[in-house]
Amino acid sequence: MLEIKNIFKTFNKGTVNEKRALNGVNLTLNDGDFCTVIGGNGAGKSTMLNAIAGVWPVDSGAILIDGQDISALPEHKRAPYLGRVFQDPMTGTVADMEIIENLAIAARRGKKRGLSWGVKKGEKEKYRSLLAEFDLGLENRMSTKVGLLSGGQRQAITLLMATIQKPKLLLLDEHTAALDPKTAAKVLELSDKIIEENNLTALMVTHNMNDAISHGNRLIMMNDGKVILDISGEEKKKLTVDQLLQKFEQASGSKIDNDRMLLSKD
Amino acid sequence: MDAILEYFSSLNPASFLGALPGNIAQGILWGLMALGVFITFKLLNFADLTVDGSFATGGAVTAILLFNGVNIYVAVLAALAAGIISGLITGFLHTLLGIPDILSGILTQIALYSINLNIMGKSNLPISYRNYTLVVSSSNIMMAIIIGLAIAAVIIAAMYWYFGTEQGATIRSTGSNPAMSKAQGININASKVVALALSNGLVALSGSLFAQYQGFSDINMGRGAIVIGLAAVIIGQVLGEVIFRKRINFVIRLIFVVAGGVLYYIAMGIVLWLKMPTDDTKLFTAVIVAIFLAVPYLQNKSKTSFKKVAKQNAKNAN
Repeated sequence: MLEIKNIFKTFNKGTVNEKRALNGVNLTLNDGDFCTVIGGNGAGKSTMLNAIAGVWPVDSGAILIDGQDISALPEHKRAPYLGRVFQDPMTGTVADMEIIENLAIAARRGKKRGLSWGVKKGEKEKYRSLLAEFDLGLENRMSTKVGLLSGGQRQAITLLMATIQKPKLLLLDEHTAALDPKTAAKVLELSDKIIEENNLTALMVTHNMNDAISHGNRLIMMNDGKVILDISGEEKKKLTVDQLLQKFEQASGSKIDNDRMLLSKD
Repeated sequence: MDAILEYFSSLNPASFLGALPGNIAQGILWGLMALGVFITFKLLNFADLTVDGSFATGGAVTAILLFNGVNIYVAVLAALAAGIISGLITGFLHTLLGIPDILSGILTQIALYSINLNIMGKSNLPISYRNYTLVVSSSNIMMAIIIGLAIAAVIIAAMYWYFGTEQGATIRSTGSNPAMSKAQGININASKVVALALSNGLVALSGSLFAQYQGFSDINMGRGAIVIGLAAVIIGQVLGEVIFRKRINFVIRLIFVVAGGVLYYIAMGIVLWLKMPTDDTKLFTAVIVAIFLAVPYLQNKSKTSFKKVAKQNAKNAN
């Protein structure tokens, strides 16, 4: 499904701000894998997701989806393969446009956008039933400008937009980090549901170790721009936070420093 | 005291009313230009200064083609095409060469000054209704108003249609949220170039009509055009929101852009009628635009401000 082969990325090369963000990342996801990604600040989690999405070109290495090399494609040409939900709830939706217009734009991801009407007649009912499944009351507010919604509601809509055209890979970049705990739990629950129902392959970055353990069938940990741990199957199911911390120490060869890691246990 | 009385008694309401139709006609023609500014400034969120050049280009192309015996409709279409090309150039400077939005507009604008001089061969070309068949002319103001309104109606209908289509929606989303647009597979560079081309096409069309109306094309006719365009857009927006409040929609917003152009020219008519020196008209323009830019902000502030909280709390404490 997804193959990441030895990708490197250094920002601000040759300046005092030089930062090697990805230091030879290798990762292969199988069809239907729901993989959580943890690691401290600056470990390269979001950078890896941005490299897959094509926000900028990588320095070297290849990214393949279903065997096709996408690493030379610009961001908008990779979009047909990818569904993305961002950390900032403002990023994923257009505030000035109605809910239905946002969904209609997402429904045309990867299709040619011509001179036919932007929202067609049949679409409204389809979106209404999709929104109704979220149980947030949004199905009755489809003409509301997205800017008037709360962060959690916007994130839920972004999630629907990311998956309305079934993507080959769903990228969730700390998509609950900016939400209050109750809303975060709701959005996570929706994510689980959508991934399971559509049998999606997904990568989810999180700072919360419990979330990383309790969601998905696979867990990777990153440190210094590399994948240092890859746990799946039965081992992942039985994993505890303490075991995870222990494994980190073994893999990275350094004592865990929870402040620096900025991982939350609860 | 006597001087003030004398000043007011010298003002003749009839002369203001007499100038009114002319102000309205000019306002409508500039309103078309403001619709172009609306595309870049409001929809694309791109402060495009190309318009000062492309407005004059519209007039220059029309004048030289008429001078060479070309049919008026062909001349108007050629002006439109020249405007589209100007917009494309700004778009390429911005998207391919990474030049910031305001700077790429300024570069095209300054280049167009020379190009416009080259097109006309001199700084001023007359296009009198006596020598040519024209679309609009100040010799028949009522007709100019009617034709201007008809053209505005067609353009507003076309804009309503286009920005409702799948392609038009990409321009709106690019202006509002480029990161989301890219994530949804939209080529935001293409959206920007298309919007700039359409906008400057409209601006040049307006320049062509305005040159015909005033009976000549002048190298300086576009100077300060962006400010007049912004004035129309902002006056229209403020009034539209005051009158229609929450019921405002896209068509009403576009209609009010043209209405903003008309109101701006009426305001300028009042300024001239008050016998303010014509040298100061640009100063008045700036003041009018500043007032209308400030109104929404001050309105918002009057509803909620720190001072108000302080007053309220002081009152409650007593």
